[in-house]
Amino acid sequence: MNDVVLELKDLKTHFFTKAGVVKAVDGVNFTVRRGETLGVVGESGCGKSITCLSILRLVPQPAGRIVGGQVLLNGVDILTKSDREMRHIRGKDISMILQDPMLSLNPVFTIGNQVGEPIRLHQKLDRRAVWNKILEMLSRVKIPSPEVRAREYPHQMSGGMRQRIVGAMMLSCQPQLLIADEPTTALDVTIQAQFLKLFKEIQLQSNLSMIVVTHDFGIVAKVCDRVVVMYAGKVVENAPIRELFNHPSHPYTVALMESLPKMDRTEKRLYSIDGQPPDLRNIPPGCSFRPRCSQPMEICAEKEPETREIQPGHTISCWRTL
Amino acid sequence: MTANVPIRKTFWKRHWLGKTLVTIWEAPKFPTIVLLLFILCGILGPAITPHDPNKTSFRDSLTPPFWMEGGKVTYILGTDHLGRDILSRIIVGAGVSLQIGVMVVIFAGLIGSLVACVAGYIGGRTDMILMRLLDMVLSMPFLIVAVTLAAILGASKYNLIIIMACVAWAWYARVLRAEVLRLKEGDFVRLAIVAGASKARIMLRHIFPNIVNSLVVLATLNLGVVIIAEASLSFLGLGVPPPDPAWGSMISEGRNYIGQAWWLCAWPGVAILLVVLSFNLLGDWLRVRLDPKFRQV
Repeated sequence: MNDVVLELKDLKTHFFTKAGVVKAVDGVNFTVRRGETLGVVGESGCGKSITCLSILRLVPQPAGRIVGGQVLLNGVDILTKSDREMRHIRGKDISMILQDPMLSLNPVFTIGNQVGEPIRLHQKLDRRAVWNKILEMLSRVKIPSPEVRAREYPHQMSGGMRQRIVGAMMLSCQPQLLIADEPTTALDVTIQAQFLKLFKEIQLQSNLSMIVVTHDFGIVAKVCDRVVVMYAGKVVENAPIRELFNHPSHPYTVALMESLPKMDRTEKRLYSIDGQPPDLRNIPPGCSFRPRCSQPMEICAEKEPETREIQPGHTISCWRTL
Repeated sequence: MTANVPIRKTFWKRHWLGKTLVTIWEAPKFPTIVLLLFILCGILGPAITPHDPNKTSFRDSLTPPFWMEGGKVTYILGTDHLGRDILSRIIVGAGVSLQIGVMVVIFAGLIGSLVACVAGYIGGRTDMILMRLLDMVLSMPFLIVAVTLAAILGASKYNLIIIMACVAWAWYARVLRAEVLRLKEGDFVRLAIVAGASKARIMLRHIFPNIVNSLVVLATLNLGVVIIAEASLSFLGLGVPPPDPAWGSMISEGRNYIGQAWWLCAWPGVAILLVVLSFNLLGDWLRVRLDPKFRQV
């Protein structure tokens, strides 16, 4: 069990607003092993991003609060750490890549300066060593002529380069876990593939664990080892990648797969799931997916389904598979 | 752009002094020349005046500028009612304006950006208290406050600086806070938090450098305002005590003779106009120039 890097146990993050309590993350469990890539999939507003922010304890204050559960990093609960200890964890043990590379870099500093920031914060190195490390990181993410590029400003780079630079910055202290929140959404498709390939390479070299948040099954298929499907703040299905694509078991996962365009079928219209995700302020009792489910049962309206393992390593929360 | 072209380490492109000189050369000529002259006068002051600015000579009182009838070449811009050389007084007065202007802008700018960063980034109750304080300062009429404070503290150059800095910071804080609010939502601030930076470090290293451009532009524009305010206070007799020359008090003294000797008021007025106009023109130019998109390696 000591190859588990991160474990979430019944994590609950709620937002306290005037209109009521929004249960954005409501009892999430999953584990990330060393060197493994975990995909987190789900539609907008299902709590993917808030889960990630909760891991780093960056939930927007003061409305949002982590109200329960544990985040175990190498077996230690980081929710009990002080702010000061937390700062040493961020960037050093866990780091994060955000969606839009155009906004992720500070426009007034050179690339080199910014890539060096985590190094300066977490490692005591002299200027020469920091500079060498910056160049090393830039060449690791395949930035051409790093000595020149390190002296340039973010606006002189393309989107793909900027995202790689953010990657260099976030990997510069060799974190154990990298959280990528829709890292390729803002990139165009050809660059996406390049970027994913590069990260797969870096991951293999340094035995890095990753959490990739996305709504793109293409990315999931390409980089992930295991997938967590979230719906309304809960994990509904958690399975290894092959298992998920071959035997999607939760009706929601099945419906998501159905709504993908397929090369070998000619359909007039793309399938879409009817209805809207539930209002997270008052989630109806029972299964939260029931109103949109294709095969609801009576028990679904009464009791919330428990999480059960249907295959080794494949868990789902649904009454239908009993 | 320049990725494949090897950069030659020339003095003009590499050395900070060279880059500064290039920047000055690229600046609009008229305001740069006026301001360089102004700064030169301010620094050298008494050393380059043709006459002692405070030496009275009743024989020469109210001499007109040299091209007019009765004018003397030794008094190029004429003399005042006490026979003091106006050019010399303007040159020495530049020093007063420069000192006061620069000091006020530095103090007010520092206090203002500090308040802006703290209020904007920390937010919540801190923000509310600081902003209400700022509203209070901004709602008080400047001249009345200045007159009251000057009456309490006494009229001197240093009190003038304190009084004006006490009022001017609010203006910086108001404008810069809006900038901080925009910046703190930026992803790069979030990435800095992810990288493990503390609040103080984020304010100092990630947010402050982003508002420096606005600060510099505000400062150049504010410098003009401060020089006018200093002249106004000197005009009211609350500025630099006589006989030391200040542009405002020169206009004030010349007021009584304006019917017979226009040059007493006109020359210091022209000096104020030129300097303030130049600062504003340069401020406008700086706003464009300091945009990081114009920066090159």
